[in-house]
Amino acid sequence: MTLGSVPSKFKVSIDRDQCMDCGRCIENCSYGVYRREGDKILIESRKCTGCLRCVAMCPRDAITLTEKPIDYRSHPLWTREVREDIIKQARSGKIILSGMGNARDLPVVYDRLLLDACQVTNPSIDPLREPMELRTYIGKKPSKLNFRKTESGDVELETKLAPNLKLNTPIMIGHMSFGAISLNAQLSMAKAVTELGTYMGTGEGGLHRDLYPYQDHMVVQVASGRFGVNIDYLERGAAIEIKIGQGAKPGIGGHLPGEKVNEEVSRTRMIPVGSDAISPAPHHDIYSIEDLVQLIRSLKEATEWKKPVFVKIAAVHNVAPIAAGIARSSADAVVIDGFRGGTGAAPKVFRDNVGIPIEVAIASVDQKLREQGVRNEISIIASGGIRSSADLAKSIALGADAVNIGTAALVALGCRVCGNCYRNLCPWGIATQRPELVSRLDPERGAVQVSNLIKGWTYELSELMGAAGINSIESLRGNRDRLRGYMLDEEMLKILDVLPAGA
Amino acid sequence: MCGIIGFIDRTKSRMDGSSIKAALSLMNERGSGDGAGYAAYGIYPEYADYYALHVFFDDLGEPKKKVDELLQQSGEIVHQEEIPTTPQPGIKKVHIPWRYFFKPSEDLMSGKMASEKDVVTYLVMEVNSNVKGATIFSSGKNMGVFKASGWPEDVANFYRIEDYKGYIWLGHNRYPTNSPGWWGGAHPFNLLNWSVVHNGEITSYGTNQRYVEGYGYKCSLFTDTEVVAYLFDLLGRQHGLSYEMVVKALAPPFWDDIDRMPAKEAELNKAVRLTYGSALMNGPFAIVVGTENGIVGFTDRIKLRPLVVGENGNRLYISSEESAIRVLDPEVKKVYTPRAGEPIIGRFIE
Ligand code: SF4
Ligand code: SF4
Repeated sequence: MTLGSVPSKFKVSIDRDQCMDCGRCIENCSYGVYRREGDKILIESRKCTGCLRCVAMCPRDAITLTEKPIDYRSHPLWTREVREDIIKQARSGKIILSGMGNARDLPVVYDRLLLDACQVTNPSIDPLREPMELRTYIGKKPSKLNFRKTESGDVELETKLAPNLKLNTPIMIGHMSFGAISLNAQLSMAKAVTELGTYMGTGEGGLHRDLYPYQDHMVVQVASGRFGVNIDYLERGAAIEIKIGQGAKPGIGGHLPGEKVNEEVSRTRMIPVGSDAISPAPHHDIYSIEDLVQLIRSLKEATEWKKPVFVKIAAVHNVAPIAAGIARSSADAVVIDGFRGGTGAAPKVFRDNVGIPIEVAIASVDQKLREQGVRNEISIIASGGIRSSADLAKSIALGADAVNIGTAALVALGCRVCGNCYRNLCPWGIATQRPELVSRLDPERGAVQVSNLIKGWTYELSELMGAAGINSIESLRGNRDRLRGYMLDEEMLKILDVLPAGA
Repeated sequence: MCGIIGFIDRTKSRMDGSSIKAALSLMNERGSGDGAGYAAYGIYPEYADYYALHVFFDDLGEPKKKVDELLQQSGEIVHQEEIPTTPQPGIKKVHIPWRYFFKPSEDLMSGKMASEKDVVTYLVMEVNSNVKGATIFSSGKNMGVFKASGWPEDVANFYRIEDYKGYIWLGHNRYPTNSPGWWGGAHPFNLLNWSVVHNGEITSYGTNQRYVEGYGYKCSLFTDTEVVAYLFDLLGRQHGLSYEMVVKALAPPFWDDIDRMPAKEAELNKAVRLTYGSALMNGPFAIVVGTENGIVGFTDRIKLRPLVVGENGNRLYISSEESAIRVLDPEVKKVYTPRAGEPIIGRFIE
């Protein structure tokens, strides 16, 4: 092996004075960093992923983790990452896989957008004392209403409304499949969204029977592999999402490594145990927008036009015209997933280089749909790197109806964004199917954590709206007047249609 | 701040502008001397079939030439003149107010511009966003807006408001924060026969603006009130909603109230909120709108700005202050304050 080893990413050390030799680190680290030899706990730092499970579980705070203990000679162009990728590929000749979202240090547009508040000329509204309306309906809306007068002279509605999903807060949880994540992780989130009156996605993995009690709050997904899809599945969901693309890996299909396909996953997905579940890049029945239109109609026919159908696309350069095409179909919502969107497994080159930021995608899609007079035909759901209630408020002000969160919900369950989800060893019981690891996640407690997070964001959104003198979410939606750009260049401001701070 | 007033005589018996001037001036504490204006309906009976286009020109050279050309291409001007004014010490005449009586040509009416009103709307948008030095600030039939920077008495005397007789009057005393000094920024705002006086600030402006601009309206007057006129035109004229329904869209009931309504009513209110969510107006406001058939007054959903109503026989008054109503009509019979979001509508008796 002429290339030799590369410096390990982390150095793990135990303060032996603090350590009480309980062995919890050995028990908790599923990557096998710790082992006992005689009366000593030995450490193999090279295996560490930085998941922080051992640190969180050590009763004595005895464990220290140092990132990049030995680094390469610094170079602005030939960074550590670039060099390691080359070494890896020189060894393997393969595509480099990675987990979670885009890990490059690119500027975050959200962080350069600032929200507004009232002073003097208009009063702010106090959400503790006045009603604050966050209720959001996702689905098609008519562009105008028709009324008729009844014989008795009353006014009656003539226009029929399409089925819409009613959200008590404009925060949903995006699609993470059973297989990619554990049943306990799904259960935690399902309980939370049901309690809160919002929704989550099943992902492309079918609907496990333990989730049936929560099916009215679940959006079922039809992706290119069609795993788990049958009429029973479609009928159980509150809505159906067709997944065309995903922000972390636009243009390519999904990949669930065989290690994660156990008995239960195999049954729910309808695939053999231990086989890799690889969804094709395109749907093999969608090669044009007309084909998509047909699939949407078929799904609607199959479910008697009772359920909204969403279409999820990755935010790519041409996202606005694509969304406009989708708006002209019978789709009820378009889900746009930005380039920071997470994933269980994606080729690193895609994760880090393909797609555009969600902020920009929302702005240009909303603009295009308005120009074409079809904004009311469809709801916009934004996802891909939404980290806080501020990101949420800014997304809505740019023009989204609601957002999907993914990573944020997992972090609420314990995830430390270590990016090793594809290895089936997640020590937090999230991205794994190993029973001993899954059991670490208690769905009851998980549900409380996820629901606390969404509640917290919802309160914060109410406060932000109240401060801006707005008591209804409709008045924040597309209200770019209440945003200002800070340190954004002129071109970017133009695309976002936002004034610079001070203007 | 800002003081507003609206008046209608349901039998169309006309009243001259002197008492509206007196009533508005009484609310000077609500203004700052930076803008005032009046709208009067029924003032041009001799040209009742023509659109009265009131224009601010920066000068009568190039801008006027362009507007003349545009109007001649699009229809017939039967009469035009400078709007008569009397110099006032408190008013600096920065614009020349002009009026045209205009009828759009039928040849233009096809496709997207199917009616006279569409053509006039197009012309207003075109001039206001593309002709430098010209602003059409009033474009209805048999009605007109008179406004400038200054105190209400000065603006009234400047335009000799007592020479006009109308069956609807709107008045506005401005305390500007957005665009002081600019005459176009004074109220009333007008498009076709819609005129708006507004006290408050529309915190949903960005949303409302994006919404109406999707339908070809262009917000070019640098102030939020403009959008109310366009919302009324879009919902009231183009979508054919009743005034009650327009107000329901702009200041809808809360979801909690809708949830408690009987099923049919709840469904209707839900449909209005879903369809017209982008038209919902947020923030503190009290508004009176003048229309072809009467006046409509309403406030925001939690009533952050005052609005008082007075009635006396066929006369209805809506104002920020009861005292202003009492100046207009010392004999006023019924005085009350409407609930938040409740529309107050005064219609002509057929
Ligand atoms: S992989 Fe996780 S549990 Fe194991 S040593 Fe590293 S941080 Fe600790
Ligand atoms: S889900 Fe688990 S494996 Fe994936 S990033 Fe989070 S902690 Fe790591």
